[in-house]
Amino acid sequence: MIALLTLHFLAAAGAPVLVRAVGRRAFLVLALAPAASFAWLLPHVGRITDGGAPHEQHVAWIPTIGLDLDFVITPLSGVLALVVTGVGALVLVYCTWYFRPGDTEIWRFSGVLTAFAGSMLGLVLSDNVYVLYIFWELTTVLSFLLIGHNPERRANRRAALNALLVTTFGGLAMLVGLVMLADAAGSPRLQEIVAARPSGTTVTVAIMLILVGAISKSALAPFHFWLPGAMAAPTPVSAYLHAAAMVKAGIFLVALLAPAFADVPGWRAMLVVLGIVTMILGGLRALRQYDVKLLLAYGTVSQLGFLIAMVGAGTRSAAFAGLALVCAHGLFKSTLFLVVGIVDRSVGTRDLRELSGMRQAMPVLFVVTVVAAGSMAGLPPLFGFTAKESGFAAFADLGDDLGWGGWSVLALAGIVVGSILTVAYSARFVWGIFAVKPGAAICMPKQFSPGFQASPVVLAVLTVAAGLAGPWLTPRLMSYAEAMPGGAHEPELTLWHGFSLALALSVVCVVVGLALFWWRKPVASFQHSVADRVRVPDAERIYYVLMRGIDRLSVEVTGLTQRGSLPIYLGVILVVLILVPGTALITAWDDVTVRGADSRIQLAAAVLMGGAAILTVRSRRRLRAVLLVGITGYGTALLFVAHGAPDLALTQILVETFLLVTFVLVLRRLPPFFSDRPFNIARWVRVAIGVATGTAVAGFALVAANARTARPVSDGFAEPAVEYGGGDNIVNVTLVDIRAWDTLGELSVLVVAATGVASLIFLITDRSGRPRRAEPTIGSDPGGNGRWLRSGRPSTDARRSVVFEVVTRLIFHTVMLFSIYLMLVGHNLPGGGFAGGLVAGLALMIRYLAGGRAELDEAAPIDAGMVLGTGLATAALSGLIPTLLGGGVLQSAIVDVHVPVLGTLHLVTSVFFDIGVYLVVIGLALDVLRSLGGGIDHQIEDESDRATVEGATA
Amino acid sequence: MTPNLPLVILVGVMVAAGVTLVLERSLTRILIGFVLIGNGVSVLFLVVSGPAGTAPIVGLSDEPMSDPLPQAMVLTAIVITLGVTAFGLALAYRAWQLTGHDDVQDDVEDDLIRRRAEQDETSVTFDEADAALPDEEGSDAPIEHREVHEVPATTVPEALDADHEDELP
Repeated sequence: MIALLTLHFLAAAGAPVLVRAVGRRAFLVLALAPAASFAWLLPHVGRITDGGAPHEQHVAWIPTIGLDLDFVITPLSGVLALVVTGVGALVLVYCTWYFRPGDTEIWRFSGVLTAFAGSMLGLVLSDNVYVLYIFWELTTVLSFLLIGHNPERRANRRAALNALLVTTFGGLAMLVGLVMLADAAGSPRLQEIVAARPSGTTVTVAIMLILVGAISKSALAPFHFWLPGAMAAPTPVSAYLHAAAMVKAGIFLVALLAPAFADVPGWRAMLVVLGIVTMILGGLRALRQYDVKLLLAYGTVSQLGFLIAMVGAGTRSAAFAGLALVCAHGLFKSTLFLVVGIVDRSVGTRDLRELSGMRQAMPVLFVVTVVAAGSMAGLPPLFGFTAKESGFAAFADLGDDLGWGGWSVLALAGIVVGSILTVAYSARFVWGIFAVKPGAAICMPKQFSPGFQASPVVLAVLTVAAGLAGPWLTPRLMSYAEAMPGGAHEPELTLWHGFSLALALSVVCVVVGLALFWWRKPVASFQHSVADRVRVPDAERIYYVLMRGIDRLSVEVTGLTQRGSLPIYLGVILVVLILVPGTALITAWDDVTVRGADSRIQLAAAVLMGGAAILTVRSRRRLRAVLLVGITGYGTALLFVAHGAPDLALTQILVETFLLVTFVLVLRRLPPFFSDRPFNIARWVRVAIGVATGTAVAGFALVAANARTARPVSDGFAEPAVEYGGGDNIVNVTLVDIRAWDTLGELSVLVVAATGVASLIFLITDRSGRPRRAEPTIGSDPGGNGRWLRSGRPSTDARRSVVFEVVTRLIFHTVMLFSIYLMLVGHNLPGGGFAGGLVAGLALMIRYLAGGRAELDEAAPIDAGMVLGTGLATAALSGLIPTLLGGGVLQSAIVDVHVPVLGTLHLVTSVFFDIGVYLVVIGLALDVLRSLGGGIDHQIEDESDRATVEGATA
Repeated sequence: MTPNLPLVILVGVMVAAGVTLVLERSLTRILIGFVLIGNGVSVLFLVVSGPAGTAPIVGLSDEPMSDPLPQAMVLTAIVITLGVTAFGLALAYRAWQLTGHDDVQDDVEDDLIRRRAEQDETSVTFDEADAALPDEEGSDAPIEHREVHEVPATTVPEALDADHEDELP
């Protein structure tokens, strides 16, 4: 069964490609998925409905939470699966001719429809509440896409959204109910839940929640309004959605649970009453439609009410009749929708006031329609007749089976009224399409391929055959109904029951129904006047009022909480930090001890840094603030040295230097002073939050340090660092081996940041908003033919210093070599990829400072993105390659190579990871220099050029 | 473990200064505050990582080593600070280029929603259903805005499809 579902989803995934290759004929190929499933299911369902054991499949997925792929074919799910796949295959075949050749939208449509068919199959076959829910919501989402097939009409978008919201609302209620039910039954498997029959208040609540899901999916009042809107979907979708999929999901769920839970308080009352009310309401609305597709849609609402009342009544004969009606409805409703599609495509309208005289033009279709509509109305010898007769018989016995007394008469009267309306709108449908109407021009339909009407013909033949095969079908459908206790009579499907109450009711329905149709004008005006005078609450209007209320609430809440101001957001976060963990801090304050400074240097550094930090806040000049913050940075490096962290000190000094220059590069463009800040309350609030946060952080430091009693985890790092990591520098081995995943993540952040910097500067939109690409600066030097110490380009820039430039060139290569050395020795001594890369970045920076961007391009004639990408790829590959050799990801190996002259080379593979780090850092430096250095230079030159030109023209 | 008080106070001062700056509107100040907080947190790691020692390099000395794990964490943090600050600087420059200053403005969308809330406006999605019925063909847009491939293949003008609903009850 999993294979069948996989087949559907693979077909759906391949559908766009297929459509591109063979156009609309792709539907014929896609139809193979449900058709193959049908062929596979048929013998299994035959065996199981003959009394065989259910066919199960179980694949463990997440057993700890009961989420496993459990599927089962039972008599109920097997019959529904046949309807789903059979109708699905015929609808897909029909799509081949329904869509016009060259329709550009069908690549998406075909995939979604096939996936929808697969989801529906998964839904009826699933034997696990969670799997059921997953498929349930899959059909919801896919139906949203199908209904919104043409999003250009506002009404369509609204219809798709309504279907999504209503059925998702029900679905969520159902999920809660399913979880409660699985918990009460002690198993998430549906068969076991039904067998366990748990009871109690929890179960009653759970069942009610599940029923909310079922009736919203099956479009029962008060959720019925989404279904007529679903006609926004292409007609084949309507055929499938109304007849075999989506709305049948709710019926399936009710039928599945009815044998165990029909006696739960409220079950019968809710389903039978809602079912009958919906049946009558839908029928009345159907009689008032002029669009034949909409007429059918309301007809479906009516029929769904009938089906729910049947399967929900919870007696053996009603369950039997319900399953028979589900099959009959699947056959005739899909036929009728497909007929509407053909009429719509060949005439161009679905309005029954414009359709006239189609009987002569489409004789085959006329016969098909009469058969299907006759089955809907319950005429012999069709399937709808035998099924409906058994339904009447079942409801006639409700009084005996359940002891309902007078109520059972009322229920029977309800479905009789509903059936009368069904006869009337069935007649209206046939008349509406095929009759010759006075005042309407005779339609001249276009010719269509015979394949177009193949699917409705097959379905109509099945309707007749199933009507005649009642005695054969009876035991097969009974295998589901036998789960219920026996009732006053054993139900059967037959054309002749003898002169029974059911037959009399059938006759009444047909006669009164045809009379309603015959006097349709007075009936219509009566309906109008009643609708005008009696104001019943309209579920759709209530829904809209509700949704508008939710919309308003969300606007109010968003407007209140999302102020859009960065200081406010940060302030709120920090105040929460102060209040919540800060309170915990006070309660945890217990026996805190401190010690003094370790050395005078440390104390001096701390005082200097603290003073610099305070002065930074008070500073009004940008440059001053940057220099002061630099003091804290270098001071931090000093503290690292005193602490015994040479790697950190090295990196900190390099980063601080790089950052300082970068700040200056940008600040040269910004105004020298910060914008004025008035001495107001807001400023004091900022200072207060700052001081409170600082105090809180210092408090955390005290408490956390005092609370530390265990030995640090890194005590055990030294030995494996040498043995497995092959390096003496534990910090570096930690970076490239023990915690290499962290480093890999960090490299990705650096790549993103560097790319962000470049993209912010190089895609230039000036104040007029026009985007333009900055000129590429790489390789712009025509004279760079390798002459050492030669200037990058002749320049008249007075700021250039020849001495600085020449010295820079002299030391550049030495510095680059040193950076490589730093990277390589990092495994055993202070250094490593980060420090090496930063040294190389500083070397490039000096070249840029000495000679501008042309000099930088000469020093590094390569795209920064290339360096970044190569670096990240090197690091990632060096992490992946060990897996090919049978190791873990990022595992390092130690290789000793004997080289004849040099002796033994001690190689550790993690050096490649470090090379990746090195390259990424160089790439970052290069991007920063090119963007914030060269890019800004370029813009400055542009502006001065423009100013010169403007000055000249003025 | 007993923490080093001068360093704890230093952490407090640096974080306090950094937070005060981060709450400003000028992007340069925010970035400087960010760097200050970064340095403060580096020192914080130093404080809680245990006593000072020799460099964590095997075979360098027999004295007790400083803890290498927090050092590895701080090392990545330092370099990340570099990357993020560079990005922030590019943002500040860009803001200056577009607006003439580097102050962080309030979010325009949020402001819009706030104004909608004050004026009691909602989206039109759930307005009372209009007369138009859903249909698989046709469009709300005027004909000339439609794409070329949507020329109807039937002989019946498309207007019929879109307009027949107004005769419904």
